[in-house]
Amino acid sequence: MMYYLGLISEYLKNYMKSRLTYRADFWVEVISDLLFQATNLIFILVIFMHTDSLGGWSENEVVFVYGFFMVPYGLFSCFVNLWNFSERYIVKGELDRVMTRPAYNLFQIFLENVDPPALVGSVIGLIIMGISGAQMDLAMEWWFVPALIVLSLSAVAIYTGIYTILTSLSFFSDAPTGIIPLMYNIQGYGRYPVTIYNRAIQVVLTWILPFAFVGVYPASLFLHREDMRHMALLTPVMGIVFLTLGLLAWNWGIRRYRGAGS
Amino acid sequence: MLSVYTDFIRIRFLTMLAYRVNYYSGILIYCMNIGVYYFTYKAIYGDAGSIGGFTAAQMTTYVAVSWMARAFYFNNLDREISTDIRDGSIAIQMIRPYNYVLVKFMQGLGEGMFRFLLFMIPGMAIAMLLFPVKLPTDPVAWVGFLVMLFFSFMINTQINIITGLTAFFIENNEGMMRMKRVVVDLFSGLILPISLFPGWLATIAQWMPFQAITYLPGSVFTGRVKGVGIWNVLGIQIIWLVVLLVPMIIIWRLARRRLFVQGG
Repeated sequence: MMYYLGLISEYLKNYMKSRLTYRADFWVEVISDLLFQATNLIFILVIFMHTDSLGGWSENEVVFVYGFFMVPYGLFSCFVNLWNFSERYIVKGELDRVMTRPAYNLFQIFLENVDPPALVGSVIGLIIMGISGAQMDLAMEWWFVPALIVLSLSAVAIYTGIYTILTSLSFFSDAPTGIIPLMYNIQGYGRYPVTIYNRAIQVVLTWILPFAFVGVYPASLFLHREDMRHMALLTPVMGIVFLTLGLLAWNWGIRRYRGAGS
Repeated sequence: MLSVYTDFIRIRFLTMLAYRVNYYSGILIYCMNIGVYYFTYKAIYGDAGSIGGFTAAQMTTYVAVSWMARAFYFNNLDREISTDIRDGSIAIQMIRPYNYVLVKFMQGLGEGMFRFLLFMIPGMAIAMLLFPVKLPTDPVAWVGFLVMLFFSFMINTQINIITGLTAFFIENNEGMMRMKRVVVDLFSGLILPISLFPGWLATIAQWMPFQAITYLPGSVFTGRVKGVGIWNVLGIQIIWLVVLLVPMIIIWRLARRRLFVQGG
């Protein structure tokens, strides 16, 4: 354990050093991340210019859910970045280098791709939750902070599980890019009240690609929405299940890995 | 000489074909995206007759056509170019007897043809089975749409090439590329038709090239814009196509004098 914590600090130091070479880019990256979140917020705000409620949810509630969604998403983007995995590690063969080292290979890959600018998004998410919560006169309760920590970490575990499973597919296909870039469009939809979708999409967003568990379900706990309470409480369970599935898929896939040559 | 360039189209098409399995999952994911927007809009419309000039039926068609158009015009030329610049392989390509930018364009075209035949058309067929999409019956509308779609592709590709070439000036243009992606998705009207934007934002959007990629052709195809309006749309697309050539050529000229290879 101490060994792994030491690795984290070494990698972060390294990150800082290489970042100082491209200083301006750090801020460009922060701004582009925020711009991405801003477009989603614009979508919500524009929608509510044309309607009063979305499936029984008010504008403030939907914005609050979005604020919550940003917190685990920022953490996930910072520590788990598998976007270029197939191209960088399999096609270019960098996985061979990783596998000759003693630390767990997936952990090394996460660390090699840390992206601290993404954390700014989490902070903004907290601010958004604060503002929309205040507008709804949402009373602060003692369990908010511990619940926020547990639910955010569970959501990060769900993300990590889903993306690790999808990335493991690249051990089985020769595709150069994988399907991860395509997935990035879907993941946001769990933040809308899933009850507006038809049954099939609800099932997909709840049990197959459980993105509803990184947004609307956990956030409903803070909004005191009884209809989703049991789903909110299920979030940590889903986190454990999907993280386990992800690690199993990964370990199974990497045993098949033979190197790409070159 | 011309055959050199057409070969680049062919090679890229065949390369994409080799990895086609990847795109079957892409079709499902795009359909899912359409579905999510479809149900979101359904919840917004409720009993309302029309929002932002779109009826509920037109909105469904708009969403489906926009996503499927994206399945065609999307490419990663920006990333390819900036990788070439950063690892220095562009130096080799610059001394070869062809125009680098034109070659990238041709490769984009090859990818576009692949995406059109194996991603957009089957995707559209599946989307039509799943959602109440109503396509026009008038053959003129179809010809017009295909021409506009081609212009969407050209304008998007130009924007990608310009973004990629900024790597000559900004050593790491990762943030730039991400920003472009966000701006294109929002201001092209993919996420929200521009007629739903609040006034000031719509005005900004109208002065940018991005609306020519999705919003304008989508408006024609859903039957919101008819008659003379169609020629206006085509005119706007052609103007942007020509206007965007200017920064592309200028950046390329400046870049050739400023190559700075980082390792490689």
